[in-house]
Amino acid sequence: MTQTDDRRRHRPTRAAALVAAAALALGGCAAAGEGDGPVTLTYWMWDANQLPAYQECASAFEAANPDVRVNIEQYGWEDYWTQLTARMVAESAPDVFVDHTQQFGKYAGFGQILDLEDRVEESGIDLDQYQPGLVDLWRGADGGLYGMPKDWDTVGLYYNADLLAEAGIDPAEMWRLEWNPQDGGSFERLLARLTVDRNGVRGDEPGFDSERVAVYGMGYGEAGGGFGQAQWASFALSTGWTYADRNPWPTRLAYDDPAFIETIGWYRSLIEKGYMPPLAAATSGIGVIESMGSGAYATLVEGAWNARAMSELQGVDIRVAPTPVGPSGQRASVFNGVSDAVYAGTPHPDEAWRWVEYLAGRDCQDAVATHARVFPAIAESSTIAVAAFEELGVDAQAFAVHVEDGTGVQAPVTGSWARIQSVMAPAMDAVLALQRDPSSLAAANDRVNAVLADDS
Amino acid sequence: MTVATPPAPPGTDRRRPPPRPRRRGDLGAAVLFLVPATIGFVVFYLVPAVRGAWFSLTDYAVLAPGSFVGLENYRRLAADPQFWNAMGVTAYYVVINIVVQTLLAIALAVLLQRMTRSILVRGIALLPYFVANVVVALVWYFMLDYQIGVVNVLLGYVGVDAQAFFGDPALAIPTIALINVWRHLGYTALLLFAGLQTISPQVYEAAAIDGASAWRQFRSITLPLLRPVLALVLVVTVTGSFQVFDTVAVTTGGGPVDATRVVYLYIYDLAFAQLDFGYASAISVVLFVVLLVVAIVQLRLLRANESDNA
Repeated sequence: MTQTDDRRRHRPTRAAALVAAAALALGGCAAAGEGDGPVTLTYWMWDANQLPAYQECASAFEAANPDVRVNIEQYGWEDYWTQLTARMVAESAPDVFVDHTQQFGKYAGFGQILDLEDRVEESGIDLDQYQPGLVDLWRGADGGLYGMPKDWDTVGLYYNADLLAEAGIDPAEMWRLEWNPQDGGSFERLLARLTVDRNGVRGDEPGFDSERVAVYGMGYGEAGGGFGQAQWASFALSTGWTYADRNPWPTRLAYDDPAFIETIGWYRSLIEKGYMPPLAAATSGIGVIESMGSGAYATLVEGAWNARAMSELQGVDIRVAPTPVGPSGQRASVFNGVSDAVYAGTPHPDEAWRWVEYLAGRDCQDAVATHARVFPAIAESSTIAVAAFEELGVDAQAFAVHVEDGTGVQAPVTGSWARIQSVMAPAMDAVLALQRDPSSLAAANDRVNAVLADDS
Repeated sequence: MTVATPPAPPGTDRRRPPPRPRRRGDLGAAVLFLVPATIGFVVFYLVPAVRGAWFSLTDYAVLAPGSFVGLENYRRLAADPQFWNAMGVTAYYVVINIVVQTLLAIALAVLLQRMTRSILVRGIALLPYFVANVVVALVWYFMLDYQIGVVNVLLGYVGVDAQAFFGDPALAIPTIALINVWRHLGYTALLLFAGLQTISPQVYEAAAIDGASAWRQFRSITLPLLRPVLALVLVVTVTGSFQVFDTVAVTTGGGPVDATRVVYLYIYDLAFAQLDFGYASAISVVLFVVLLVVAIVQLRLLRANESDNA
C-alpha cells in the first residue's frame, strides 16, 4: 500500500495493525458511564506502541481526578479515520482523540472539533513551552485552536552500519553529507558506493549492472504522492522549496515549481542508475523496515516514529544520521506532529478538557518521554526523550537537529488533503515508474489547485 | 436454489414430488418465516439503497447535510477519468478472475465427483474458503514480497528474476485476481459438484453403452445438464467479483498509478476519506445498474430457468 501512506504515522506493519485492531475490537467494547458515578471519557489513539505510556498518564490523571475515568481505545491506523468518521456521523465519537495534521482540517471544517482557544487562555497554559511551530499546526482556517500539541516528528537517514563498514565508509561521514539536484553531491556518491550488484560490483565501479542489484544504496516504500515525507520531501525542502504559498490553509500548491520538478527528476534518476529500486519493486514488499532488516537497502529516509522499530531489528545494526544538507545550505525535514482533540459533541466537555490539559502538560509528556517512543511537544520533555532514546542506542540528535536548527518545515495543513492525494498519488507514481516525465507534475498541480479553489 | 438440494435417495423420482396435502395455517407460518428475512432486507438493503439513490442526487458530505444538485454527480462521473479507469480495472479483474475460476472449478468439480468419495479430500478443496479474505490477502502479500517473499526466493532458485507481483502495474491485477481464484475455487467447485450430483447416472450409462468417450460425455452430457447451476454460479461469482475490495485494500491500496483502483475502492475512498458521499453514491448507483444488466444478460444467455435434465 498505498496512495496515502505518508499520512500514517506511528504505524506498525500492516499485519500488526490488523491484528491489534482485531484484538481490540474483541476486547475493547466499553460503554460510556453516565449518571451519578464518575464520568467516563473515551480516548482514542492509533499507535499500539504508545499505549503503555498513555495508560500511565491515564492512571495518574485518574488518581488526581477521582470524578473522571479514562477509557483508552486503540484502533490501527487503517481503520482509525473511517471509524472516527462513522462515529461522528452516529454522534458517538470518542470524547478525546489523537488527531493528525492532515485530518484535522476536515473535521474542524465540519464543526466536529472543539475550539480550545478560550480554555487555554482561562487555564493559563504557556503555549511557548512547546517546540516552536507546533501549536500553529492546529490552527483552523478561522484562527481557532483545534488541538493541543502532543508530540513532534522529523525524518532521518537510517543506515545499515554493517554495509557501511563493508564499503569502507566512516559513519562520521553520514553527518557531513550534502546533495544537489545536478550531480547529487557526496550523498549520491555514498549511495553509489553502497549499491552492490549481484556480481558484487559496487555502483561506483566499472562494470556495475544497474539492472541486477543485490543491495540498493537507498530504499523507499512508495512514491509519496503530494507529501513525500519519508521519500523526497527532505531533498525538495532543502532547496528552499515549500509545499504551498502559505501554511496552514494554502490557496495554491507548488508542485509546478521548477526547483521541485528538478528535485524529483534527480530523485528518480537514482532509480535509473540502480541506486534505488524501481517503483514496482519498492512498492511490492511488506515494508521498508523489513527490507532494511533483510539487508536489501543500505540506507532509508524514514520517520522518527520508527526509530525504535529500526533499532530493534534483529541481525542488523541500523543507526540513524540526519538527512543531507541541500542547495539552500541547510538540512530539511517535514516537521509534523499529532495533537489531542476534543470532540464537539462530547457530553462532558469540561472533563474532556481537563484530560487534554493533563496530556498537554509536563507530567504526562515527561512520562511519555521516558518510554522513548516519540518526542513530546514540550521542549523540555523532548530533551528527556532524546536522552531516553540515546540510552537505547538511538542517536536521536539526527531528528532533534531540525528542531535546534529550525530546519523543520511544517506539514501542509488543509481540509482537502484526501482529495489532493487522490490526484498527486497516481501522478507521482507515474513519474517514479518512468511512465511520465517529471514536468507532468505541473499539470497535476493545476488539478490540485482546482481542488483547493473548489473546497474553499 | 436447486444447488443446495441433496441428492435424492435412490428409488424416489426427484422430478415429480408427491403432491402434499394443503393444510390450513400455511399462510401464517409462511409469514412468520418470511418476516425476519423481510425486516433484514428492508433495513439493510432496501432503505440504504433508496437513501443511496437519493444521496446520489445531492452533495451530501456525511458530516454536513447536503443539498439537492440534480444530475450533477452523474455529469461529473461521465467526465471523471478516475471513474472510467476504475471501471476498466474492475472489468479486467472480473474477466481474469471469472474465466480462470470457472474453468478450474468445473475441472475440480468433475475430479471431485469422479476421482474420490473421500469427504476429507473434498473438504480440503474447500479449505481456502474458510480463511478470511483479508488473511488470505496478507499471507499472499508476504509470500509474494519482492525482496523476501518465498515465491521470489523459489523463482531465484530456478534462475527467474524476482517479480514485483503487486508493484508492477501489469502484474498487480492478475496477481490479485488469481489470489481470489485460489480462495474461491473450492467453494465454486462445491456448488458445481452439487450440480453434477443431480445428473442422473443412467444418462452416463447410456452414453457409455453408445461408446461415447469421457470427453464426449463431458461435452454432450455434463456441460448441458450443468447449465442451470452454472448460470447461477456465474451470476453469483460475477456479481461478487465486481465487488472486489478487501484484497486490494490490504495489498496495493489502488496503486501503482491507479492500476488496481477498482471501483469499490474508489467509492470507498470518495465516501470515507474524501467525505464526498453524494458522488460516491452516484457511482454506487451506476455500479448497481451495471451489475443488474450483467446478471440479466447472463441469465438470458444461459437460459437458466430451463433445464435439459429431462
